[in-house]
Amino acid sequence: MERLAYVREAPEPEDPPPTLTRGALAWARANLFSSPISSLTTVGLIGVGAYLLPQLVNWATTRAVWSATDGAACRQQQDGACWAFVVAKWDYLRFGSYPVAERWRVDAVEAVGAVLIVWLLWTNAPRRVWGALLFFMVYPTLALILLHGSSLLGLPIVDTLLWGGVFVSLLTAVVGIVFSLPLGVLLALGRRSSLPVVRLMSILFIEFVRGVPFITVLFMANNLLPLFLPERWAPDRFLRPLVGIVMFSAAYMAEEVRGGLQSLGRGQYEAASALGLNYSRMMGLVILPQALTLVIPGIVNNFIGLFMDTTLISVVGMTDFLEAMNNAIKDPVWAGPTIMVTGYVFAGIFYFSFCYGMARYSAHVERNLARGRK
Amino acid sequence: MDPARGAKLSTWLNDQRVRGAIYQTLLLACVAASASAAIYNAVVNMRARGIPMGFGFWNEVAGFDINLHLISYSNLSTYGRAFWVGLLNTLLIAVIAIPMATLLGFAIGVARLSPNWLLSRLALVYTSILRNTPLLLLLLFWYNAVLKSLPAPRQSISVADVVFLNNRGLYLPMPVPGDQALWFTGAFVAALLVAAGFREWARRRQERTGAQAPVTIVAVALIIGLPMIVLAAAGAPFAFDIAKLSGFNLKGGLQIIPEMAALVFGLVSFTAAFIAEIVRAGILAVPVGQSEAASALGLHRGSMTKLVIIPQAMRLITPPLTSQYLNIVKNSSLAVFIGYPDLVQIFAGTVLNQTQAAVQVMAITMAVYLAISLSVALALNLFNARYALQER
Repeated sequence: MERLAYVREAPEPEDPPPTLTRGALAWARANLFSSPISSLTTVGLIGVGAYLLPQLVNWATTRAVWSATDGAACRQQQDGACWAFVVAKWDYLRFGSYPVAERWRVDAVEAVGAVLIVWLLWTNAPRRVWGALLFFMVYPTLALILLHGSSLLGLPIVDTLLWGGVFVSLLTAVVGIVFSLPLGVLLALGRRSSLPVVRLMSILFIEFVRGVPFITVLFMANNLLPLFLPERWAPDRFLRPLVGIVMFSAAYMAEEVRGGLQSLGRGQYEAASALGLNYSRMMGLVILPQALTLVIPGIVNNFIGLFMDTTLISVVGMTDFLEAMNNAIKDPVWAGPTIMVTGYVFAGIFYFSFCYGMARYSAHVERNLARGRK
Repeated sequence: MDPARGAKLSTWLNDQRVRGAIYQTLLLACVAASASAAIYNAVVNMRARGIPMGFGFWNEVAGFDINLHLISYSNLSTYGRAFWVGLLNTLLIAVIAIPMATLLGFAIGVARLSPNWLLSRLALVYTSILRNTPLLLLLLFWYNAVLKSLPAPRQSISVADVVFLNNRGLYLPMPVPGDQALWFTGAFVAALLVAAGFREWARRRQERTGAQAPVTIVAVALIIGLPMIVLAAAGAPFAFDIAKLSGFNLKGGLQIIPEMAALVFGLVSFTAAFIAEIVRAGILAVPVGQSEAASALGLHRGSMTKLVIIPQAMRLITPPLTSQYLNIVKNSSLAVFIGYPDLVQIFAGTVLNQTQAAVQVMAITMAVYLAISLSVALALNLFNARYALQER
């Protein structure tokens, strides 16, 4: 038999798997060392990170002072955070000068508020309408009675002069959203109304408020509101910045809601009219439920801005969380070189965790909505 | 009532135009009533408290000092003068902070899209942290924790004994124009003009013949080279006034007060995070087909970015970018917390407290910000009309 030129009798040995198309190394090559400049950047960033990160972590943990009764220990340990200061001041940071015996009222308001907010934000929660009703109608009254006190219920009155700390920040933000959202919806509807006077007034209000800094709105509420009202109605010193924040926030909410209204097709309006619905039913049953759902992410983003803006109410003499921190830092018992940085870093972590949480939530809702509309 | 007339009345009441007119009249009446009540109360309250009406305070002597004024000002100047000082200081912050925030924001926004994973993560961390921290906290941190904890003037941190940094501010050498300054400036302006002319000529020639000219290199060579030749020929145009320690303080030089530095740092770092997000979104929004088409035409990466991606991204970036610029102007009012003498701190703060003329002062302050906002909005509308997508 003629010998064939070539017959394979055993399989060729397998190649080793390619190292540079799959796996960690390939990923690093594609994402960290794709070009000389990229490699240089990576090496530089790793170097800086390796130098800075351990120092930062040590500053915050191993070298930090965790418990102390006054500033002596922190003055000794100058290259670490002084968390003991935050621990010692925690009650003041939360309640301001609210009387110690009455602080359970603040706790109760915060707990109820937390439950209601979770109910509202949890998209699959049962009976969210009830949650919204409770949050926007019942809760503000309850909070006011509990926090301020009522002689009828035997709760001693606590003057707003004594309020301060975290709960003032939260309360300001919640009051801001509770009142500015409905007002914003009205303004947005007004701006898209066919009635020229209504439209003009809505536009004037919205553009006026959006054109000026928040601080001037606060100054206006603080200085002018008492002048514009009769002497015997002189508003409380906490009520004035609240009015300012509601006005300010409403204008921004209105623009947010208007975006939602504009993104609905004409067909929705025409179908509602064809069904014979009048204006209020058309808006309440057809348009607003769709428009408001669409702008939930925008509303939450507005709320984040609102929460950050609450830091400014200290300019008219309210003690919010940041102002409470400023006051705590000035305490001579704790005076020391590390106190200020510790205090501000803690405040930063506080605000960041709130706002970042909200931002993540809003991104999550946005993704869900996008999926639903595809 | 006769039923026919009742039906007529209800038809009339259900007419949309009639209803609209009724609603609008009611609204107008409510607004007019509240406004007149507010004015009446204001007059009564202001009389009762002896608050001055009118704008007579404008020409009264202010009697307070301002530590930063671009126009001459002393404590003998009027409240009106103080207003202009404050307004100029507000605009000064905007003029300094806007270019810096734009540069930093674009850099971070582009870094966010970098193919380098570490770099884009770093940019993401930066924007996440800065966008979720109140601006006021940043300002207080920079001002109280960083700048105010710097050493006293006698222990200044100095760079080559030319630049000094201490808790009274940053001291830079101040250029003092000498005899040759005019020539130097003239050469610089001439170089700019010639470079612009060359660019125009190169553009026309390219449109006519297709031949390209090295515009960037020529322009850079002109703008750097021409002043340098003058410098070599005629000698130094500027003398530098360097800060010197005298007693307990530094004298001379260009002093940047810590309030201003903190405000600029805070505004720039905060706004840059927002601008970065805008830039990133704008670039991502340009369809992939555009860059594919550009490569198909044979453009290399640089020209593709410059000629195809950026012009289209800018159309999307410009409106939100403008509103960030307005935010810088409006947020500079946080100066009041760290004592930088801007419009709000001087006018709506000190002047309001001294004169008690709350209504007038607040009206003027808000009118200024409104005027700035509205004029920028107008400019933006013109831009949009000019650069809007031309759809057929």
